[in-house]
Amino acid sequence: MTALGFCDVRVSYNGIEAVQGFNDLLHSGEWLCLIGPNGAGKSSVLRAAAGLVPYTGSIAIDQTEIPATSARWRAQHIAYVPQSPLIPHDMNVHDYVLLGRNPYVGHFSSETKQDREVIHGVLERLDLIDFSHRRLGTLSGGELQRLVIARALAQEAPVLLLDEPTSALDIGHQQQALELVDKLRREQGLTVVSAMHDLTLAGMYADRLVLMHQGARVAEGSAKEVLKPNILSEFYGVSARVHHEEDGTVVVIPQRTTTR
Amino acid sequence: MNRNRYWFALAGALLFVAMIVGTMIGPAGPTWWRIPLEFANRLPFIHVNSGVSKADWNIVWLIRTPRVVLAAIVGSMLSVSGASYQGVFRNPLVDPYLLGVAAGAGLGATLVFAFQRGATEHWIIDPLPLAAFIGALVAVLVTYVVGTAFGTTQSSTTLILAGVAVTSLATSIQAFILQRNTDVVRQVYSWILGRLSSATWGDVRLVLPYVVLSTGVLLMHRRLLDVLRVGDDEASALGTNVRRVRLIVVLAATLGTSAVVAVSGLIGFVGIIVPHAVRLIAGASYRVVLPLSVLLGAAFLVFADIPSRVLANPAETPIGVVTAFFGAPFFLFLLRTRNTSK
Repeated sequence: MTALGFCDVRVSYNGIEAVQGFNDLLHSGEWLCLIGPNGAGKSSVLRAAAGLVPYTGSIAIDQTEIPATSARWRAQHIAYVPQSPLIPHDMNVHDYVLLGRNPYVGHFSSETKQDREVIHGVLERLDLIDFSHRRLGTLSGGELQRLVIARALAQEAPVLLLDEPTSALDIGHQQQALELVDKLRREQGLTVVSAMHDLTLAGMYADRLVLMHQGARVAEGSAKEVLKPNILSEFYGVSARVHHEEDGTVVVIPQRTTTR
Repeated sequence: MNRNRYWFALAGALLFVAMIVGTMIGPAGPTWWRIPLEFANRLPFIHVNSGVSKADWNIVWLIRTPRVVLAAIVGSMLSVSGASYQGVFRNPLVDPYLLGVAAGAGLGATLVFAFQRGATEHWIIDPLPLAAFIGALVAVLVTYVVGTAFGTTQSSTTLILAGVAVTSLATSIQAFILQRNTDVVRQVYSWILGRLSSATWGDVRLVLPYVVLSTGVLLMHRRLLDVLRVGDDEASALGTNVRRVRLIVVLAATLGTSAVVAVSGLIGFVGIIVPHAVRLIAGASYRVVLPLSVLLGAAFLVFADIPSRVLANPAETPIGVVTAFFGAPFFLFLLRTRNTSK
C-alpha cells in the first residue's frame, strides 16, 4: 500500500528552483532518507510536505491529495520535526507535547480528556512522564530531541518528517534518537522521511536512500547502491573510502588529501 | 491547576479590595469608613445606618465610583492587549501601543484640541474620544496594510517596523499642528499623560461594549497563543493558520485599546508590567496569563489611581506619571532577573 506519494513536486524561492520535479512513492512503514550536499533541496522537499513552502505538483497520503487550504488536515496526517525547533524555555514538558494535539482541537475550544490521555500515553512511551512539569529550559539536547519527537507522535499522524534529526546531538544521543524512530515505525507502521548529513547513519537506518543534487534526484537505492566513492566524489566533491562491514553496514570515511 | 485557582482567587480578591479602597479615598466627600457601610446599605435586603448624606453619596457614586470602574476597565484592557500583542509577536517587550495606537489617538485628540476647542459643547457626541478612537484605528490599519503588503515573508518584523514608521509619521504631524497652535499644548500634554479624573458613567458606557467584545475574543485565543510560542513555522505545521490568528488577535487588541485610550488618554507601562508580573508568579502559559492579566491589570490601575488623586492634593497627578514612575523601576528589575536566570 502506498502511504505517501510525491508527484512532480517543485519548490522555487524567488524564481530559483530549489526542487525540480520530485517524484516518489513510499509504502506504509517505509523509511526514506534524503541525502545530498547543502542546498540540494532535501529540506525543501520536507518543508513542502509540511506545508511550510508553496509548491506545485501534488503530495498525497493514502492516495488522497493533501488539500492546499487545510493546515489542520495536513497536520493530522503529517508530523514535522524541524532541524532546529524553537524551544520556549519557560514552557513545561506536558504543555509542549500537548501542542501536538492542536490539529484536533477547534479554533475556540480546548483539549478534551481523550487528548490528555493521548499525551499521557506518549509521555509514558518515551520515558518523559517524570519530566512532565520540568521547564524546557532545564532539559539537555538529547532530552529536547526526544520531546520534539513526542510532540510529533501526539499528532497521531501516519507520516513523520525529520529534518536533520541528529545534527545537534552527540554520537550516543544520535543513536538513541534514531533507534527510537526505528522502534516507533516498526511498532506503529509510521512512514518516515528524513533528511540527513551523516551518510553512515543514513544508510544504517533507512530502507532506501535518495541522493539529491541541485534540486534533482541523482541516485537512489540501498546504502550499498548509493554510497559509492565515485558517486560521493561527483556530488559531494569529497574523496572518501567506503567500507562494507560483514553485517551489511556501509561506512563512509572521508580521506585526508595531504599525507601525514 | 490548583495553584492557578489560588492565584485567580487572590487576584479577584485584590481587585475587590482595590475597588473598595478606591471609592474610599479622595479630597472631598464622607468620612472614609462610612463608605463601605453605605455600599452595603444599598445592596438589597441589607440595612445599615452609615450616616452618609445625600450630597456626600453623590460625590462617591457620581465622581469616585465611575472613576474606579473606568480605571478597572482601562487597566484590564491594556493588560490583556499587551499580553496578546506579546504573544502574537513573540516579543516580551512590546506593548499595546506598538502598531501606532498611541500616536494615532494622540494625533486625533490634538486635531480636536487645535481646531474645535470651545465649539464642541453643544455637539451630540463628544468629538474628543471619537477622534482619538478613529485616529488609533486608522493608524493601526495603515500599519497593517503597509506591513503585510511590503513584507516578502510571513515574518512579523515588517509589521513592527511599519508600526514604528506610522508612529513617527503621526507624531511628526502632531508636532507640526502643536507648533502652529501653541495655546493648546497644555491640554494636549495633559491628555497624553492620561486622565481618569473626569470619568463619568457615560465614559464607562461608551467603552464597555468594545472592551467586553475584544477581551472575549482575546480570551478565546489563549490556547492558540500558546501554540504560536513555538514559532510561525512549527505552529503552521501543527495545523494553525498563523496569519489569521495574528490578524484576529491584533484587530481585537487594537479595537479594545483604541476604545480605552479614547476616554483615558495614554496610560503607559500597564500593558507591559502587568503581563510580566503575571508570568513571574503564575508561569508563561497564555491560558493563565490572559485571564490573570484581566484581573490584575484592573487592580493595578485602580491602585495606581489612588496616589494620582492624593499626591499633589488638591491637584491631580496624571495617572500616566504614576504608572510610569512605578513601572520603570519594576521593568528594570524584571530585565535584571531575566538576565540572571539565563
